[in-house]
Amino acid sequence: MAILNEFEYNYLKKSLNREPNELEQSIINAEWSEHCSYKSSKIHIRTLPTDGDRIIKGPGFDAGVLDVGDGYVITVHIESHNHPSAVEPYGGAATGVGGVLRDIFSMGTRPIAVLNALRFGDVDSNKNIPLNKKNQWLLKNVVKGIADYGNCMGIPTVGGEVEFDSSFDNYCLVDVASIGHGKLDNLVKNKVKKGDIIILAGNSTGKDGINGASFASSNLDEENRSAVQIPDPFLEKILQEGILEAIEKKCVNALKDLGGGGLSCCLSETADNLKKGFEIELSNIHLKQKDMNDSEIMISESQERMLLITSKKKKTKLFNLFEKYGIKYSVIGKVNNDKNILIKKNGQVLATMPAKLIAHAPLLDRPSKEPNYMDNINKQFKEPRIPKNFNSLIFSMISNPNICSKKWIYQQFDHEVGIRTVLKPGFSDSSVLKLDNGKFITFKLDGNSKHCYLDPYEGTLGCLAESVRNTVCVGATPIGIVDHLQFGNPENEQIFWTFLESIRAIKDFCTFMKIPVVGGKVSLYNETKSGGIKPSPVIGALGLIENKGLVRSPIFETYERIFIMGMTYDELGGSEYYEYYHKALGGIVPKVNLGNHKKIVESVKTMVKTNLVSAIHDCSKGGLIISLLEISIQSNRGFVVDIGKIPTSCTRLDYTLFSESHGRFIFSTKNPEKVKDFLMQRKIPFADIGVVTSDKKCSLKFDNKAIVDLQLSEIIERYDSSLLAILEKPP
Amino acid sequence: MVKIGITIFPGSNCDRDVYNIFKTKLNCNISYIEDKNKIKNFDAIIIPGGFTYGDRLRAGAIAAHSPLMDKIKETAENGIPILGICNGFQILVESGLLPGALIHNKNLKFICRWVDVIVTNNETPFTNLYERYQKISIPIAHGEGQYVIDKQTYTEVKNNNQIIMKYDERDNPNGSIDNIAAICNLKGNVMGMMPHPERAGDDDLTPYGVSTDAIYIFKSLIKYVNRN
Repeated sequence: MAILNEFEYNYLKKSLNREPNELEQSIINAEWSEHCSYKSSKIHIRTLPTDGDRIIKGPGFDAGVLDVGDGYVITVHIESHNHPSAVEPYGGAATGVGGVLRDIFSMGTRPIAVLNALRFGDVDSNKNIPLNKKNQWLLKNVVKGIADYGNCMGIPTVGGEVEFDSSFDNYCLVDVASIGHGKLDNLVKNKVKKGDIIILAGNSTGKDGINGASFASSNLDEENRSAVQIPDPFLEKILQEGILEAIEKKCVNALKDLGGGGLSCCLSETADNLKKGFEIELSNIHLKQKDMNDSEIMISESQERMLLITSKKKKTKLFNLFEKYGIKYSVIGKVNNDKNILIKKNGQVLATMPAKLIAHAPLLDRPSKEPNYMDNINKQFKEPRIPKNFNSLIFSMISNPNICSKKWIYQQFDHEVGIRTVLKPGFSDSSVLKLDNGKFITFKLDGNSKHCYLDPYEGTLGCLAESVRNTVCVGATPIGIVDHLQFGNPENEQIFWTFLESIRAIKDFCTFMKIPVVGGKVSLYNETKSGGIKPSPVIGALGLIENKGLVRSPIFETYERIFIMGMTYDELGGSEYYEYYHKALGGIVPKVNLGNHKKIVESVKTMVKTNLVSAIHDCSKGGLIISLLEISIQSNRGFVVDIGKIPTSCTRLDYTLFSESHGRFIFSTKNPEKVKDFLMQRKIPFADIGVVTSDKKCSLKFDNKAIVDLQLSEIIERYDSSLLAILEKPP
Repeated sequence: MVKIGITIFPGSNCDRDVYNIFKTKLNCNISYIEDKNKIKNFDAIIIPGGFTYGDRLRAGAIAAHSPLMDKIKETAENGIPILGICNGFQILVESGLLPGALIHNKNLKFICRWVDVIVTNNETPFTNLYERYQKISIPIAHGEGQYVIDKQTYTEVKNNNQIIMKYDERDNPNGSIDNIAAICNLKGNVMGMMPHPERAGDDDLTPYGVSTDAIYIFKSLIKYVNRN
């Protein structure tokens, strides 16, 4: 069987000026996979804005590095483990966490938080969904995999988001992000010289995860279990502590984690970055199985391994540290000046190729074409009827797995270890962590495949806008964005068009808002036999909070006035209301007006700083009524709100309540007059819509008539128990 | 200054948290104990939480049979207060320093959340600053925290006043017998508890609407050491 396709084989042959041998082809195949090389996406993601005052290292490294002042840095990285998780959800998700954590400590920073963004098919058991049991099984095991790895490592899983949509049936998207924290001085310098020694430390190299990168770079047609890696968080914990001490004691010259593509990818990328050559002796590598062939050793994706480079002078100190921690290691080679990767076994040369050639796959400029599915959807779309009973409508919406409490999930994650977690999962728009310099960091992941399917450009802008709104709600200033672009097969022109639309949105948004992209990941070929997933970009926004006084919690106080700012439009396309309640696909997707969005976000920041707002929450999935209920649930206080006052151009009352228009916030204040002056001056649409009450009733009025009248306790019961009821239902 | 030792086994992961609270909030003299040779003249020893040896075999089972734990047993016999938190509690029951066993939570899942516990014995080195039956809020985070014990030993433990803390009976998170959250040995100088007092030691991290009294477990220990 040919290892490389014809084009790549010929390209390689021409570059080498000779026939590549089998091992060389295997190395190239791993590194030139879509997963490792970004060959379909690189020319496009290069166009994203990556400059900013705080950026020390942008995309292209194991993790982005941001300056948070006082000699401290934050590192951030996002990864996905979609293919492996769809086959073996526990191991796939767990090794996803392991991989992203190594990216963080390989920079020289200690991981302080893990977040996740998860997407599954429909799990609701009340309906006749053929795959709901399989989807539930995937969800349960993904959650357990993430929990077991992060909990054992002692790194808190502080937040996340979950979306259910039938386009993920029989499949799942498992995105894991991590942030690290440390001193600027401890960042690994990555400077080496000729004669430095190359060490492989941690887990033994074995036959697990063979060809994982190639497996993840094609459609999921068959379940290849041997391509899934095996997790061992205990080993990683030991490795992490050993490596961090080695960095602290200055005995590491360069460091890189082993992930997709195994040694092939790690060696070539490191050598290429350092502009050096590596001479590697395969027989020195500690192996799990003795009968591994050379290719298997080079492409194995066994977990919990790190590549270190140190000088001859420092090696004894480093080896003593490894002994102290009980970390296995092998000296596998040395650094040369010739910029080649030279692979030997027992002194005999097996492969030799320029590192630059391996690390830089020939890039593709794939064709794209606007798809016609959107037109078809819009032709078939019919507006749903207005339900008669709004009380039961609200009960139904609050029970929706996309909206209800995710307590069943996040309580399985240790989110407190590390004693930094100020705002905890399930509570605020974005989790907040305390840093060593007395400042606070917030990080939130947001995605919305339903919006992105109907309009990939506006949908992606929406994810960005929402993530930024979430950070300002807790009192932060956004300092960086990570993007994770997940799409189907890029060889399909129509799918590739949606990918390009998503990139265009990130570029437009980040340029306009002056927020740099500090890292990202592309995951393509997310397809099963039943087709591609909906376009699923996931955006992570990082925000910095200068002091504790600025941290805002979504807690209403009794008798505070309730305000809304921002306009509500007839934008129900891809909304939870249309898709979950009415099973209606189509309509107009919420649009982001960048100018207005910037003005509103800046105003919120000022209002937080000047103490004009007490509790604040953004409006997103489920619309303004869900936001209102969520603060009410967190505060355990009721409200009386007049819907008639809401600034809106909606044609229907239900649309006003459930539209997912962007640029809106619900907030409470003790200074309604000052708020009015402030917002009027800035020409931002707003209204004083009601009051927080002590009686634990949720009342909505329109034209002096009660539209909704519910006991908060019943809403809390539904909100808290819906997911649990689905997942813990006896068979 | 009170001298506190904190054990680090391979896989301990709350050692830094306990260290930080004792150092920054309680101004104690802290050292890490990585092996038996480092146990010298401590006023008290904390065995922090984590996943020692990756929870292999059973949570705490391997650490319990380490040379370091043999040394800690000697130290316990000399009356030095030993506090095991979470995995530290699991190590203490596995080593036989405390009676009973800790098995998987009743719902078979890891649970991380704040709970209320009631201090049922305030005459220990760890609880002397509380009122008897005082209710405190404190976070838990464990997968194997269901405390079980045979009937006869339970009766002895109960009669000897060795049950130190109980979960609120309306909200027993893990199915522990008699809602037990913390117990001590007969002498009273060795206590194991599933909840994490170090995570309740910084006001910035306390959730909305809960009390911040859990830190008095550490403060009680300091008071006890200073008094003796």
